Amino acid sequence: MTTMRKHFYGLAAEALEQQPRVAMVFAEIGVSEMPRHPRLFNVGIREQLMISVAAGLALEGYRPVVHSYAPFIVERPYEQIKLDLGHQDVGAILVSTGASYDSAYSGRTHQAPEDVAVLAALPGWTIHVPGHPQEVERVFARALRTDDRVYIRLSDESNHAPVRGDGFVVLREGSGSAPLVVAVGPTLGETLAATGDLDATVAYLATVRPFPKAELRAALRGTDVVLVEPYLAGTSSAEVSRALQDRPHRLLALGVPNAEFRHYGEGAEHRAAHGLDAAGIRASIAAFA
Amino acid sequence: MAIAMQLGYDDLPGLLTLQTGDEKHDWSALSTLDVLWVLYDRVLSPDDRFLLSKGHGPTAYYAVLAAKGFIPVEDLAGFGTFDSRLGYHPDRVLVPGVEISSGSLGHGLPIAVGRALALDARGSAGHIYCLVGDAELEEGSNWEAVQYAGRVGLGRLTVVVIDNHSSTQHWPGGISRRFEVEGWSAERIDGRDHDAIERALITRHDDWPHVVVADIQP
Repeated sequence: MTTMRKHFYGLAAEALEQQPRVAMVFAEIGVSEMPRHPRLFNVGIREQLMISVAAGLALEGYRPVVHSYAPFIVERPYEQIKLDLGHQDVGAILVSTGASYDSAYSGRTHQAPEDVAVLAALPGWTIHVPGHPQEVERVFARALRTDDRVYIRLSDESNHAPVRGDGFVVLREGSGSAPLVVAVGPTLGETLAATGDLDATVAYLATVRPFPKAELRAALRGTDVVLVEPYLAGTSSAEVSRALQDRPHRLLALGVPNAEFRHYGEGAEHRAAHGLDAAGIRASIAAFA
Repeated sequence: MAIAMQLGYDDLPGLLTLQTGDEKHDWSALSTLDVLWVLYDRVLSPDDRFLLSKGHGPTAYYAVLAAKGFIPVEDLAGFGTFDSRLGYHPDRVLVPGVEISSGSLGHGLPIAVGRALALDARGSAGHIYCLVGDAELEEGSNWEAVQYAGRVGLGRLTVVVIDNHSSTQHWPGGISRRFEVEGWSAERIDGRDHDAIERALITRHDDWPHVVVADIQP
């Protein structure tokens, strides 16, 4: 099984060949994976320039695709994202890799659990957190057809199979008072394992902004919501709260804690340490019930 | 257009007064006035783009845009007010003829590089002009753009640095040298001399970008 990242490079090369409006801006990362192309610009290790060049291309009518590690595409050039894309009123597709702790062994500098939260603080972003390489294909193709500001967050973590449906997909129905467990992107595999023998409704969500408020309302029959997000815990809590502002509800928001986590090792070790493996998710839900 | 005839350079002080309500104009705005006028009066062709990166003190810019018919002269009086399109930093979404929104320093030149690459990619005849300030060059993001544009030989990019000597730490050895090291051609001119400005701005090289340092003595 190919990784999301490998799959993306193939899709990107194909888009460059087939769509004359597409241009790509890289900052070294990923360049060796791509065939040379006159509209693939490698600006060197200059991430502020990477975003601004994408903005310039968009102002001239191109559809820029920008790619780097999550901390270097979202956090380092944050003002360029806010002003050169948002304030200039142009779009781009930002495709990150590395996610929250894929490069756990690289330490804090290569971990970006806060990327979705900070990007979601800016207006007009569509944020995709695919859970499988085949889902990347779907959201990337859709993003290429628009001029929107789109973030696609790739990860080495992947569910066993893609989810076919789009949007907020209810995969399993519990009883009327059962908690609604919403698994975001690559957390689905562990969430399904954690809830296999629990009375729970389990839904899958791979597009977290705009947040599907109406679908959440429709799916929730009891009062309890459990959010399982693969990035900063609570990133979508305010969205859930707004969706249910007129309904009594309880919310358990699982994710990566807001802490300087000074550990290396493997992604799976970080997942377990943050309580995002099946055992951790299960224990949290049991304590919440 | 709201005006039938185009206004001239001598009308600019009046257009500035409309905005400030005052005969004494903002010094930073005036430092750009001559370069802006020559650009719009003598240099820019329809395929060209002008990006004002140094969005501070934009009254000179608005005055030139009004003189050239991009915005109605009547709009100038509302400068900076709630319902005005004309703020203390220009917004491209609000103001016709404004190619980029600016205000935060160090964004225009990097965007200009992207636009130049885009014109290259589609084989346009257009040229990109970008105006920055000498103090604005303190922002590191500019140097990412200067390095890259020089190394890839972006011949369709010209940067005008308005050097009104406002950088607190100064540029020992001069601004031009820093661009030249990165592969740009550079020249320093009197930022009030219209013929010198015109000559410098129409200087183009196929294979490397050009910087014009316009000296403005306070």
